[in-house]
Amino acid sequence: MYRDNDRYRTFSRRAIFMFGSKFLLMSGLIGRMYYLQVIEGDRYKTLADENRISLKLLAPPRGRIVDRFGRPLAVNQQNYRILLVPENVPDLQITFTALSSIVPISEGEKKRIKREIKRRRRFLPIVIRENLTWPQVARIEANSSELPGLVIDIGESRFYPDGEASAAVVGYVSGVGEKEFTGDPLLELPGFRIGKAGMEKVHDLALRGKSGTSQVEVNAVGREIRELERAEGRSGNEAWLTIDKELQNFVSRQLGEESASAVVMDVHTGEVLSLVSTPSFDPNAFNRGLSRAEWKKLISNPRSPLNNKAIAGLYAPGSTFKMIVALAALEKGVVSPRRKFFCNGEMELGNATFHCWKKNGHGAMDMVSAIAQSCDVYFYEIARKTGIDRIASMARRLGMGQILGAGLPGEQRGLIPTRAWKRQAKGTSWQQGETVLAGIGQGFILTTPLQLVVMISRLVNGGRAVQPSLTRQIISQSDHASQIRVSSEFEKIGIHPTHLDVMARAMAAVTNSPTGTAYKARIRDGNQAMGGKTGTVQVRRISKAERETGVLKNEDLEWHERDHAVFVGFAPVHTPRYAVSVVVEHGGSGSSSAAPIARDILLEVQRRDPTRNIGNSQALRMPKIQSEREEG
Amino acid sequence: MAIMPSRQLDLTLGQKLWQVNWGLVFLITVTASVGFGMLYSAASGEFAPWATRQMMRFGVGLVLMIIVAVSNIHFWLRYAYIIYIASFSSLIFVELFGSVGMGAQRWIDLGFMSLQPSEVMKSAVILALARYFYASRMEDVERFTYLMFPLMLVAAPMAMIIRQPDLGTALLLAVSGVAVFFLAGVRLWVFVAAGIAAIGAIVPVWHLVLLDYQKARLLTYLRPEQDPLGSGYHVMQSKIALGSGGIFGKGFLAGSQSHLSFLPEKHTDFIFTMLAEEFGMMGGLTLIGLYALLLIYGFAISLRCRHHFGRLLGMGIMTMFFLNFFVNVAMVMGLLPVVGMPLPLVSYGGSAMLTLMFGFGLLLNVYVHRDVYLGPGAADGNV
Repeated sequence: MYRDNDRYRTFSRRAIFMFGSKFLLMSGLIGRMYYLQVIEGDRYKTLADENRISLKLLAPPRGRIVDRFGRPLAVNQQNYRILLVPENVPDLQITFTALSSIVPISEGEKKRIKREIKRRRRFLPIVIRENLTWPQVARIEANSSELPGLVIDIGESRFYPDGEASAAVVGYVSGVGEKEFTGDPLLELPGFRIGKAGMEKVHDLALRGKSGTSQVEVNAVGREIRELERAEGRSGNEAWLTIDKELQNFVSRQLGEESASAVVMDVHTGEVLSLVSTPSFDPNAFNRGLSRAEWKKLISNPRSPLNNKAIAGLYAPGSTFKMIVALAALEKGVVSPRRKFFCNGEMELGNATFHCWKKNGHGAMDMVSAIAQSCDVYFYEIARKTGIDRIASMARRLGMGQILGAGLPGEQRGLIPTRAWKRQAKGTSWQQGETVLAGIGQGFILTTPLQLVVMISRLVNGGRAVQPSLTRQIISQSDHASQIRVSSEFEKIGIHPTHLDVMARAMAAVTNSPTGTAYKARIRDGNQAMGGKTGTVQVRRISKAERETGVLKNEDLEWHERDHAVFVGFAPVHTPRYAVSVVVEHGGSGSSSAAPIARDILLEVQRRDPTRNIGNSQALRMPKIQSEREEG
Repeated sequence: MAIMPSRQLDLTLGQKLWQVNWGLVFLITVTASVGFGMLYSAASGEFAPWATRQMMRFGVGLVLMIIVAVSNIHFWLRYAYIIYIASFSSLIFVELFGSVGMGAQRWIDLGFMSLQPSEVMKSAVILALARYFYASRMEDVERFTYLMFPLMLVAAPMAMIIRQPDLGTALLLAVSGVAVFFLAGVRLWVFVAAGIAAIGAIVPVWHLVLLDYQKARLLTYLRPEQDPLGSGYHVMQSKIALGSGGIFGKGFLAGSQSHLSFLPEKHTDFIFTMLAEEFGMMGGLTLIGLYALLLIYGFAISLRCRHHFGRLLGMGIMTMFFLNFFVNVAMVMGLLPVVGMPLPLVSYGGSAMLTLMFGFGLLLNVYVHRDVYLGPGAADGNV
């Protein structure tokens, strides 16, 4: 039996007690409110109206981006800006009129400002104009009484000293988009910039730094009276890239106005010394803000300046793919390097005919001469014997058909076809003719210039799976601690050394044997001589009728129908150190258009070699031959 | 033993809906509407981003509340411990795995909103305590061993929440737990002894248990002035904004301090400041008056209820509600340290809103089932 009445009585008593306590505590709150709002109300009103204390965020200086020697690629410049606080502007039109006598403001700008006023909170300042001259600043300060709500502010703005030349790597910063607000109050600062492309985007958080705060007194219209307390932020970290700034500029000049790209890489460390895509764009213009016309011009240009062709341009590799076919054939054992095939200019397969680029044929070809003279029939034959899946597997080991992770956004995977892929993607079975076409790097295969340079590097660095990289280290400004990326010893990819020797001999013959396709573009100095492979990628189908009357020359075709010119090269030919890939879209033949550019780049990179070694011997040392114990 | 009519169990859904205390529902809606208005103002006269979402959440909460209100009270009695275990598990889950798998999240993503297990835990603890004490006799609660289990019910989640660290929520849990013990009839000397023991334990715990970084975090809670750019600055700004509002305030959307001075968190923790700046002491009094009316409703429902489960549940929930708004308002007026506690029904936030509406749902449920007889065996399914 339990005593509910007792329990209930206790409960009621205590509940009433608690209820009373709550009301007592609430009267305490009301008393406090009375004290703050009525007794002390006037004092707080004065505090509020005359001396408002407001906490401002201070934007930290964005970390610099420098090249491998610390030479600037992206820096900050002082920048006088005029800001407008919408809440403190009684009449926008009057302010505009008064201001335009000092700084002309276009109708478009007025529209943008009005739009921003609507979008943002009314007490947050909006940037009206940046990069003011000193006389303009002085006149605005002098007339400040007629310009309520306008504030001059010294900010920093990003500057890219190399402009277009470094744009493909460095990228650019620009204002924060509506969808990019993450709640970080820094992003709401007027004129704050974040990385939108390239290394600026990849390292954005590291470069951004930590905001400082400033406690300021402001008067009733929001103008600052004095600063009470200031806590400096921490400036962003500095990003050291692997790029050589002067080489980058050189390569950029070499490519000129062509729709082209080139990548230069250290074959042992994978450090990318230069990565250029042309035509380029001016990153400073993005930071400043593009006009509609400028933007239209950029996106309507058929040579697509905004596309980073070095990592995102997809091309059939053409004859530069022949080393892969040869290696796959050697590995399967279907040919020996000395086995000869006779080229009479074409090969029949079923009822299709596959033509060699040389109409009358090359005659008897072994592997070295077939690569040196780029005989197509030889490769039709060995590709057919080897099979697509083995070719694909070799291509993958050499870095194709995959994201290599150089660290730039937008890197493309490319495509290395297999039987399984075709069944899945196209729903039809693989045809032998497609294997034959793959033998000369045409058909479904797609690669990027970055993959091509990695391919050639892996061929000449002793068969190691070198990975490209663009960042050397991120140096923290506050504690000077740096995270040095240790260049790792790369794994072997398991290609027999004698097979690699055959490739090295063949690629040396391309440029140094008088019958080689790129003999004209050779480097005469024996110490600096290069090896490589040409590629000419057909972008249109040649009809039977045309073949009979004579294939049209590139010069006679429309620009967009001309062949792509490709060259992959390395130097010095006996102790390879640097690799380069050059792709000139619709540039004609690889030997006449891409090879000379590659030669000039390889000469320049070797000429600059001694400079590069100063103080960098550690990072650039040749990798030691891996000892056996690591494998055991 | 009085025989209580249990006819309310046989009511149809329509009759139950008729029984719901619609006056209380109306009052809750009015209080929440004050919040919508302030959120509209906090966004400088825009429904986005806060007001609209808050209204949607309130709508969801309202539906949840009515569902809970008309559900069978036996369900809540019978599954009180299960609900407790489920909430506690999710608390442990985010505590242990949140920082590994979900990037230091302390909430569970439900898609349309995120749910903080520590919020849900508050209601679950009250429910479990009411379940434990509902059939206890006066002799039971006098035995110390009888109190060990409910003590664990409060202490275990508290320990997890302190780890977060969320001292405010942990203390709130402790105080509401103590309130239920008190209402259940635990002897007064126990509270006195426990209080003395707690004070005595501070020194050894401080020196032996807490790590340096935990001490530092606790000190920042207790002495905000040590961090002048942090919460000390906020409180100073809050007092200026509130004080300058005067008796009648500066008018809707015209709270210059709130808008200009970067008053932090004006849509969550400091929303009362904004109300008091824009509507002055009259606005503040109105809101406190609404809260007082809600308290009176809760008190009346608890006293009127004929079973102990309902009484403890009702008072427990209302005590938690009271602590919630009291701590918040005292905090923005500079009476208590800043601990990060939203203003119930008014501040922006999904978890708090939903758990609060769940709590009110339970209160309404008690009201609907006020005359049900819940004997000692009711929790096991015997009516």
